[in-house]
Amino acid sequence: MKLRNPFLAPTAILMAITMLAPLAIIVVYSLLTRGAYGGVELPWTIENFTRLWDPVYGVIFVRSFWIAAVATALCLVLGFPLAMFIARSGPRKNLYLSLVILPFWTSFLIRTYAWMFLLRDTGIVNSILQALRIIREPLPLLYNDGAVILGLVYGFLPFMVLPLYATLERLDPSLLEAAADLGARPWDTLVRVTLPLCAPGIRAGAILVFVPCLGTYLTSDLLGGSKTVLIGNLVQNQFTASRDWPFGASLSLALMAIAMVLLFAARRRGEELL
Amino acid sequence: MKRGLAIYAVFAYAFLHVPLLILAVFSFNASRFSVWQGFSLQWYRAVATDENLIESSLNSLIIAIVATAAATIIGTLAAYGLWKRGSAWLSGSLYLSLVTPEIVTGASLLALFQWIFRFAHLRLGMHTVILAHVGFSLAYVVVVVLARLRTFDPVLEEAALDLGATEFGAFWRVTLPYLAPAIAAAAMLALTVSIDDYVITSLVAGVDSQTLPMVIYAMARRGVNPALNAVSTLVVFGLGMLIMLSERLRRT
Amino acid sequence: MPPEMVLQLRRVSKDFATQRAVANVSLEIPRGAFFSLLGPSGCGKTTILRMVAGFETPTSGEIWLNGQRIDALPPYQRNVNTVFQSYALFPHLTVQGNIEFGLRHRPVKGSDDFAKGSDDFNRVADVLKQVRLEAKASRRPSELSGGERQRVALARAIILRPDVLLLDEPLSALDPQLRKQVRGELRDLQRRVGVTFLFVTHDQEEALSMSDQIAVMNAGALEQVGTPREIYARPRTRFVADFLGAMNWIDGVGVRPEAVYITPEGRKAVVTGVTYLGSFCHIAMALESGETIHAQVAPGLAYTAGQTVCFTWNREDEVRL
Repeated sequence: MKLRNPFLAPTAILMAITMLAPLAIIVVYSLLTRGAYGGVELPWTIENFTRLWDPVYGVIFVRSFWIAAVATALCLVLGFPLAMFIARSGPRKNLYLSLVILPFWTSFLIRTYAWMFLLRDTGIVNSILQALRIIREPLPLLYNDGAVILGLVYGFLPFMVLPLYATLERLDPSLLEAAADLGARPWDTLVRVTLPLCAPGIRAGAILVFVPCLGTYLTSDLLGGSKTVLIGNLVQNQFTASRDWPFGASLSLALMAIAMVLLFAARRRGEELL
Repeated sequence: MKRGLAIYAVFAYAFLHVPLLILAVFSFNASRFSVWQGFSLQWYRAVATDENLIESSLNSLIIAIVATAAATIIGTLAAYGLWKRGSAWLSGSLYLSLVTPEIVTGASLLALFQWIFRFAHLRLGMHTVILAHVGFSLAYVVVVVLARLRTFDPVLEEAALDLGATEFGAFWRVTLPYLAPAIAAAAMLALTVSIDDYVITSLVAGVDSQTLPMVIYAMARRGVNPALNAVSTLVVFGLGMLIMLSERLRRT
Repeated sequence: MPPEMVLQLRRVSKDFATQRAVANVSLEIPRGAFFSLLGPSGCGKTTILRMVAGFETPTSGEIWLNGQRIDALPPYQRNVNTVFQSYALFPHLTVQGNIEFGLRHRPVKGSDDFAKGSDDFNRVADVLKQVRLEAKASRRPSELSGGERQRVALARAIILRPDVLLLDEPLSALDPQLRKQVRGELRDLQRRVGVTFLFVTHDQEEALSMSDQIAVMNAGALEQVGTPREIYARPRTRFVADFLGAMNWIDGVGVRPEAVYITPEGRKAVVTGVTYLGSFCHIAMALESGETIHAQVAPGLAYTAGQTVCFTWNREDEVRL
């Protein structure tokens, strides 16, 4: 048993307490019934899982998926040229990289709030547009799916740039020279050589962005308003306002199952983290 | 293409940094509207005298430092142990902790604590938050340190043993110095993740252990507030300085 | 254990999951000797070295060092030290730091051959002088050349005055030019310092030029132990005969190419290839039976392919197994 190994024992104990035991409890709760005053009680039931098939929740799942997918795609499209720029910027690579990482290191919450500040009806964006007479009434930029996607892209762009940069940096320049030698123009080289070779980085970035986006809570809460209820908000709700722990538990497991499936599908040999 | 990339990069960096800059600029605005009406430090004064803010900031700091210290030490040891001899279930649980959505981690920890509190006379508080933070920071530390370990040639430890060091002596005198930059990076990562966490903390904190993100969230929920701009600017600036300082230290 | 032997392997075997790396090897290494383990890759020589150092445990058999059984002891409790093939210098320590590393664990012992006084600092300074690295004491390994790194690895091990110094192909990472020079230096160092060297190599020229005794190994087993001359001139197995230099086998008798000479009368053969190698010429000849004979002749003599020649050899140069 790993407990005999002094290096692994503390981690093993902590993982058991903070990860495995809680998950076990969640599994148990998902099979129980909600208590009258919150909490759980018998009887055992699978109602919490059958309830997941209700179209009401189906809409929420699909919407969360859609938002996460769009956000991930945007991160990829926006992040790739940036990563390329940094990888090819020569001696100032580290500086440019830090400029991307710096905002990431500061508070995610604050960065989400920044968009609240910018997009509200009396915010900067609307003020400027009105001042330029492009619009007369303020646009409802906040409290919709678009704002959520924007907030997600803003928050997770560095997560995409970093693995892309790492892969691009390790790219052997002589491969690109070989392509040019064989007649490929810059765009062809990009599409036929660079992009395929970046596949591991793209996979890593996509996973690093999509999975958290799928389970996002803060962004949809602050930027989406009451109209945008995603899986994350739904789960949080069950454990607080609605006091329906068993259903919250089954939702959590559903979310985790989706994440696991995606990760499993995306994994390749030799790319393990742990 | 290089020219095009450079132009694009300017816009990309602007996208990343301008929102925060605007936030900062308007924290000095004399009025609470998004129209500039003069320079003022009144919001900063309000922040400096807000007891709630100060207390929660202190809480956040204490939690972050304790959790980071614990997670870094325990995580480094774990990375070393895993490098020497893998453990599928330990690697698996660490991986699980990385990919589990925060909301699920938080909710499940809350469920665990509530269940335990039926038997023990305890409540939610700083201790539960710290425990939660150590729990989710561990995986980050292990990933960073393990990545560095994978570039370490094991023959160096053999050489140390050959020259008379015990297994622990070899680890302490040869491997650990090699890992130092990664350990520092891991500690920074754990620190920022801990200071910034809202979702998990909000679920497992007690009534009297508010953290800074919780206060910020409550303020943001109520709508835009220049005092919040001031807080944000302070936090971003403070953390930014911390990062740059640690980067500079790391380079020496 | 006889006192003139410092290291003894008694019927040592080592099995790994897929194969038997060392099969029943018994070896005695005399004190103060330069002893080489020679053989092709995979013959088990490195495994033996690692078992003596303590990084592998024998599946069966015993290892005795100076009258004490050591095969169950961890590496840091054995008075042997290793010069690793990759040198394994600690990158975060300077040359001086690397050399001093083991001193923390080993008490000063024995009389000094090359250090005045028992002061650790003096020892380090003297060893640095021995390997000609005084000027580089505060450099890091990454700033040194291959040859310098090898000297640091050597110094680091020698300063601890082990009963046996184990060297795992220490010259293979050097360029050929440097290798020849270092061979001589290594030999001189060993003679001066008097430490027993157990040297592992696959290069027979290295083994022949440096060793007092050679043990030839093949597929985990010992083929022959002897002095360089014995091994070369009187090989006892076909493997040893073929591994050390080249060997012609004519009618069941072995004759080295340098012992074959072209005469006006003798056995007939047709020249099939002539290779000029500077200091000598290599001639390949075919007998009527089709077998190829190799000969080394003086570079000035001119033979051409297709030419029929006669060759012979001296009786004393014959090798019979």
